[in-house]
Amino acid sequence: MTELYDVLVVGAGPAGLAAAQAAAGQGARVGLIDAQARPGGQVWRHDVRRAAPRAAREAIAHLHGVEWLAQHSVIAAEASALRVETPQGSNLLAYGSLILATGARELLLPFPGWTLPGVTGAGGLQALTKQGWPVAGKRVVIAGSGPLLLAAAATLRAHGARLQGIYEQASTATVHAFARQLLHWPARAVQALGLRARLFGVPYHFGSFVRHAHGDTALQVVEIETPNGTQTIDCDLLAAGYGLVPNVELASALGCSLTYPGAHPQVQVDAFLRTGVANVYAAGEACGIGGLAVARLEGTIAGHMATGNTEAATALLPQRNQARRFGDLLTKHFALDPRLRKLADQQTLICRCEDVTLGELDAFSDARAAKLATRCGMGACQGRICGTALAELGRFPRSGSRPPLFPARLATLAGAATFPSSDDEYRGSRS
Amino acid sequence: MSGAIATYDLIVIGAGIVGASCADAASADGLRVAIVEPGPIGGGATAAAMGHLVAMDDDPAELALARYSLQQWEAFAELKEAEFSRCGTLWVARGEAELDAAALRVARLGAAGVEAHLLDAKTLYELEPALAPNMSGGMLVPREAVVYPPRVARYLVQRAQSCGAHLYAGRSVQTLIRGGAQLDDGTTLSGPVLVATGCALPALLPQLPMRARKGHLVITERYPNLLRHQLLELGYADSAHGDADSSVAFNVQPRPTGQILIGSSREFSATDAAVSPAMLQRMLERSFSFIPALRGLQALRAWTGFRPTTPDGRPYLGAVPGTTDQWVAAGHEGLGVTTALGSARLLLDLIQSRPPAIDPSPYAPSRMAA
Repeated sequence: MTELYDVLVVGAGPAGLAAAQAAAGQGARVGLIDAQARPGGQVWRHDVRRAAPRAAREAIAHLHGVEWLAQHSVIAAEASALRVETPQGSNLLAYGSLILATGARELLLPFPGWTLPGVTGAGGLQALTKQGWPVAGKRVVIAGSGPLLLAAAATLRAHGARLQGIYEQASTATVHAFARQLLHWPARAVQALGLRARLFGVPYHFGSFVRHAHGDTALQVVEIETPNGTQTIDCDLLAAGYGLVPNVELASALGCSLTYPGAHPQVQVDAFLRTGVANVYAAGEACGIGGLAVARLEGTIAGHMATGNTEAATALLPQRNQARRFGDLLTKHFALDPRLRKLADQQTLICRCEDVTLGELDAFSDARAAKLATRCGMGACQGRICGTALAELGRFPRSGSRPPLFPARLATLAGAATFPSSDDEYRGSRS
Repeated sequence: MSGAIATYDLIVIGAGIVGASCADAASADGLRVAIVEPGPIGGGATAAAMGHLVAMDDDPAELALARYSLQQWEAFAELKEAEFSRCGTLWVARGEAELDAAALRVARLGAAGVEAHLLDAKTLYELEPALAPNMSGGMLVPREAVVYPPRVARYLVQRAQSCGAHLYAGRSVQTLIRGGAQLDDGTTLSGPVLVATGCALPALLPQLPMRARKGHLVITERYPNLLRHQLLELGYADSAHGDADSSVAFNVQPRPTGQILIGSSREFSATDAAVSPAMLQRMLERSFSFIPALRGLQALRAWTGFRPTTPDGRPYLGAVPGTTDQWVAAGHEGLGVTTALGSARLLLDLIQSRPPAIDPSPYAPSRMAA
C-alpha cells in the first residue's frame, strides 16, 4: 500500500520538527518520519527523568496537521517514494517533496582499548542515560571535543553519575578564544554558562585526551595525555566523542551530490536548501555541522520551500547565515589535534562488526579493496563507524553503502506490507 | 614508466578469480608473468559472486571442466584465505517429476565421478528442517563447498608475485598491440597476452561476443544453524540456462559466519548496477516459498553483479581466433569461481603445448569464428 504525502520529512530532530511545522502551516499533507518512538532527535531525545527543554516541548506541541510516523525506519529510496519499515510491517511512502533532516552521528576515534565494555561515545552514553540506563554512582570520565561533552556531562550528572572530569582536546588558548567569540552570540553564551553552572565543581581540562583505556574484561583505568604529562584515572565508564559527522546515506541513495569540506561528506545544497535532485531539500546537520539554531532555521526554510513559500524562506536567510557562522566557529576552534589520529596501533580494532585491526588495513589505500579482502565495513553498520574513523585517520574515504540503509527484514525488502507473526519465532531464537 | 618496454612470457589482463588463477598457474610453470588490473583484485564478478563450488551436469563439457576444477579446489580446503566450507549442495525437488529428474542427474554426476545421492522427503527434512512443507525430496552432493572468492583471488595473485610475477595495479590495458599490450600510462608490455577481463572482454576482443547478465544477492545477519547446506531448487537450471530476459531461482547459502546469502536472479537487458526493488522482490519471494523463515531475518546488504555470458554458455578458453600469441579465458557466467582453477590449467597446457587433461575443443574461442 502506498501513502502519498505532499511533503515528507525524514528525521524528527529540531530541523525536521521545524520543517514539518512550516510545511503544515501551508495546508500541505505532511508526514514526519523517525526511527525513534518519540520526536526530538538526538539533541532533544526524551529523558525518562528530566523534562525536555522548553523549545523542544514547543516544537513537538506545534505539530498541528502533521502525521507523526514514529518508529519508521527508512531503508531504501525508490522512485519518488521511500520504503520504510515499522515494527508491524513495511510501507511505501510517496512524496511530492522530500526534506532530509537526517542529522548527524558521533565521530568515534579508535584508540587502544576503545572497544572495552564501559567505553562509549559521549553522545551515545548521554542517549543511553536518557533512556534510563543506570549510571548513578558510576565513576565517569568524559573526553573528546566540543560542546557536546558539556551536554553529555550535564545529563550524566543529573542522573547521578560521579563525573571524574571532562577532558577537552582543544587547547586552553583556543577554548578561551572561542569563549570570547561567544559574546557575539548571546543566546549561546547564556546556554554555555547554564551548562557550566550545572556542572559546577566538575573539572574541565583542556589540551587533554584519552590515549589508552585499560581493563581486563571491562574498563578500569584511562590514561590521559595532558599538557603536563600523562595521568591515569580509575573509572567505570568512559564517554568519548570527537564531534559530529553528517548522516548522508539517504541523500546519497537518492542521488544527491555530496561535498567534502574535510574528511567527511555533507549534503550539497544551494542557498534555498535545494539538493541537486528535484523536490528534495536538506536541512540542518546533514548539510554540515551547525548546531541547534541552524537546524531549526533551516528546517523552517526547507518547510517553506517545499510548499512553494519562497518569500517566507527568503526572509529567514540572513538569520540562518548568521547562525551558520557559529557552526564555522565551532569547527575552527575544536579542530582535532593531529596526535589523536595516531593513537590507534596495529592491534587496535577498527571494524568492530568484522573484527578487523588497523594493522590488517595497512596494505590498502582504497576502501573497497580493503573491504573485499578484510570485510572491513561489511557488517551491520556498513562502515558508518569504521569507514568514518578511517577517513578521519586519513587512510581512505568511506566506500559507498549498499541498500538497505539500515538492516531490515527480508520481508521488507520483498515489499511485504505486514509481517506474519510466526516469523518472530525464529527471530526470538537467534543466537 | 611512460614509453618504457617490459618483456614477459605471459601478460595476464584482469585479476578476477580467472585471471588470478591463470597468473598463479603460469608463475608456477616458471613463466615470467605480468598481471594488469585497474581495480581491486577480484573486484568484478568475483566480488559479487556467491562462491559456490558446484558441478552443473546439464552440459557434458561444463561438467568435465567443473569436475576437473573441483579436484584442484581440494588443495585449498585448508587454506585460511579461502574460507572453504564443505557444506555440500542440496538440490530440492518440488513434485515427483523433479525428483525423477534428480535420479537422472545423480546417475550423470556419478558417471563423471561426482558423488551424489537421491534423498527421500524424510531425509530431506532431517537435513534441512527449515524447508517449507510439501517438498518431494532432493539430491545431495556432499563434497561440494563454498569459498570467499575475492580473498582467494588476492591469495593467488600474491602467490604469483612470490614466484616473480609483476602486478601492474591500478593500470589498465588500452589496446592490444602486435606482440603485447599498451597500458594507459604509456607503458608497453611485450609478450603473449591472456585476456581474462570477463564482462569487459569486448573492449579488447570485440570479435568474441559477450553479454553481461545481471544478478542480485542479499546477505543477512548471523543465524547459525538455520541452514546447513547450499540449497538450490532442482528447477534452477531452467533459470540459469534458459534464455528468458529475466528469471529468478531459489539458491541460498549458509556462510561460515552464520550469515545467509540469498540468490538468484538473471537479467540480460538490465545494464545499470542499481539494486532493482522489483527484481529483489521476485527473488526473495522465490526464496520464501522454499524457506518461509527467511521472511523475518534481518538483511544487511543487497548488491548486484554481472555474469560474463557467451552465446552458448561455455567459456572462451584458448587462442584468440587467427592469432598465436593472444589467449583468452573469459565468459564463465555463473561458474567462474568453480571452474577458474581448471580453466587456468587447461589454458596453460595449451599455451605450453602440453596435452590438456580434458578435451579443450568445446571451449575453443574459434567456435565463434565459424
